[in-house]
Amino acid sequence: MDTENTIDRLARGDENRLAMILFLISEGVFFLFLIIAYAFFHASQKTGPTAANSLEPLTAGAFTVALLGSSFTMWRAEKNYARGRVSAFRSWLGATILLGSIFMFGQGREYFGLYQKNVTVSRNVFGSSFFTLTGFHGLHVILGLISLLILFGLAFQRSERPQQSAVRTIALYWHFVDWVWVVIFSVIYLWAVL
Amino acid sequence: MSGVPLFPEAPTLRLAKARGPASSMLTWVATVDHKKIGIMYLVVSLIFFLAGGVEALLMRIQLAIPGNSFLSPGTYNQIFTMHGTTMVFLVGMPVLTGMANYLVPLMIGAKDVALPRMNALSLWLLVFGGLFLYFSFLAGGAPSAGWFSYAPLSEKAYSSSQGLDYYALGLFILGIGSIVAAINLIATIILFRAPGMSIRRLPLFVWMVFITQFLVLLALPALNASVCMLLMDRLLNANFFVTASGGSALLWQHFFWTFGHPEVYILVLPAFGMISEVIPVFSGKVIYGYEFVAGSTVAIAVLSFLVWAHHMFAVGMGHPIDTIFAIGSMLIAVPTGIKIFNWIATMWGGAIRFTTAMLFAVGFLVMFTIGGLSGVSFAAFPIDWQVTDTYYLVAHLHYVLFGGTIFAVSAGVYYWFPKMTGRLLSERLGKQHFWIMLIGFNLTFFDQHLLGIIGMPRRVFTYPDLPAWGTMNMISTIGAFIMGVAVLVFAWNILSSLLHGEIAGDNPWNAWTLEWATSSPPPEENFDLLPPIRSRRPLWDLAHPDDPDWKHGH
Repeated sequence: MDTENTIDRLARGDENRLAMILFLISEGVFFLFLIIAYAFFHASQKTGPTAANSLEPLTAGAFTVALLGSSFTMWRAEKNYARGRVSAFRSWLGATILLGSIFMFGQGREYFGLYQKNVTVSRNVFGSSFFTLTGFHGLHVILGLISLLILFGLAFQRSERPQQSAVRTIALYWHFVDWVWVVIFSVIYLWAVL
Repeated sequence: MSGVPLFPEAPTLRLAKARGPASSMLTWVATVDHKKIGIMYLVVSLIFFLAGGVEALLMRIQLAIPGNSFLSPGTYNQIFTMHGTTMVFLVGMPVLTGMANYLVPLMIGAKDVALPRMNALSLWLLVFGGLFLYFSFLAGGAPSAGWFSYAPLSEKAYSSSQGLDYYALGLFILGIGSIVAAINLIATIILFRAPGMSIRRLPLFVWMVFITQFLVLLALPALNASVCMLLMDRLLNANFFVTASGGSALLWQHFFWTFGHPEVYILVLPAFGMISEVIPVFSGKVIYGYEFVAGSTVAIAVLSFLVWAHHMFAVGMGHPIDTIFAIGSMLIAVPTGIKIFNWIATMWGGAIRFTTAMLFAVGFLVMFTIGGLSGVSFAAFPIDWQVTDTYYLVAHLHYVLFGGTIFAVSAGVYYWFPKMTGRLLSERLGKQHFWIMLIGFNLTFFDQHLLGIIGMPRRVFTYPDLPAWGTMNMISTIGAFIMGVAVLVFAWNILSSLLHGEIAGDNPWNAWTLEWATSSPPPEENFDLLPPIRSRRPLWDLAHPDDPDWKHGH
């Protein structure tokens, strides 16, 4: 490997990570506005379905643990890949995908339950702001899962394994999606209990 | 440039660039070269500028005489909405992004932007977002609730055609494109500066682009979130901004202007950057107070996020809140004023060359100052209550965005066109362009200050025959058509100079920044050799080895 290639490779990793960090800053603002809308309507919704009388904080809390667990497994996956342990990387990555899918299953289950109780996006402002906020988060989890599945597929290839920077960059995104959920969970479910 | 010590070039990607024969369409469509992408940004914004200009002329024909029936009320609403939306999102932002795309890598001595394929993505999101927005004309009517689409007018109950769905989705597409471009430009400026190009040696245009892209990064997601909620309301019967079912129309106003005020600076800060390059070169002096021009930009950027509610004085937020936002808004005049004085001080005692670029820069200074002064008057909320939503506001915003941004961009185009094409624009046609534009612009908009003060509301498709209203509107219409002539002169200048313009050479203006160190137009990888960068004016140092800037600590 000649020097110029090394430089190119280094720079390449840096720009991926930096671009992802900048992107996540903008994503943070996007979620901030959805959260503000939810909080704004939290006080005004007095009748009909609300967070307090429609949601199940304990069940949601259990699925939240799964999502937070996936942040841990992703961290292990990343560390193992950095040390060149590809099979450990595959296992931790597979666990991450599994935990992320469990979370999405939880969201689907919750949505279906609410739908059966006729709590929908058009029912009232709680429904509108709840489904928009959690729905956009779910969309981000799904996009994260797709990226992880691509990494997972590439990890089984013999030659073109994913670059370090690709793994680190997608891990950044995954951690962001997890920690945004901590904020959303606090604002929606914990606030409903208080 | 032989004999110049070689510096290692900045690291860059070795992506497959344009393949195939150099002249084919595919090399443009498939390119990831920042220069080609920058030029396409500029061409796209010019095309939309012509579209937005035609919309403006249609409005002026309708308003030329009282009680006119050239356009129906519904069509008029669509036209003024599309005029504003076009000029903000499809002209103002992309023309500045295009200039930044072309110039930033050259000015910092890089081969390309940090993420060339993402760069192509942001361009094509712009193209298709723009086409998508304009497709609404064919799909049952364009959006017609104004460029800021206040709820509840923008809701299904009051705007039942699909126009506002196109508005919301179109802005979402354009917003994503802008964020991608912002990520790219910030990463480029942080990672791809040539050795020696420290943050204190960056050309001021690069500084302004850098700050502006942070505004894009933080403000556009607010708009994206807002238009998503509007779409939820319109397509899935959600209740965010529907007052009747517990939503809040006022929330839209707060959300929109949290984006909308920084947006004003997104549209003007890069223009400040161009002025900060053009004025020193044609005054033969270094910029006066480099640190203050750069630092005041940061101040403007921070303040811009704290003053959104000055767009909402008429809402009735109460005296304390009004006062806070009035003071914040007036504060912005301080860093902006600092810049104006810096530019004047740069010209003071200089050997000024009145090229077309310099004429537009000076025109910018005067026009933007007028717009700034009427802006300060708006910050005093009693005045705002009197003149809000009148032609006084229309006059103000056009002095800032046309007299400001478009004049500055024109200065920039005359200044950098030779670098982009290898040929100079005609100075004779350029000077005609400038004077016709200056006269037309002031005829159109100056008397609108008075028209607003005597009470003519904006966004009305016609008006009664009150004393002076007809005459002043006719003057505006004549002025608008004179501006149309100026645009035609400009277009002719571009076309004829592309074919027969004087050959520019590497550095036709004796300028000092790195983009002039390479050929015109630059080769695919921008630089064969980079001169040493030991000050803010590397080419001055090269030409004056006995008196380089770095000896004076610049």
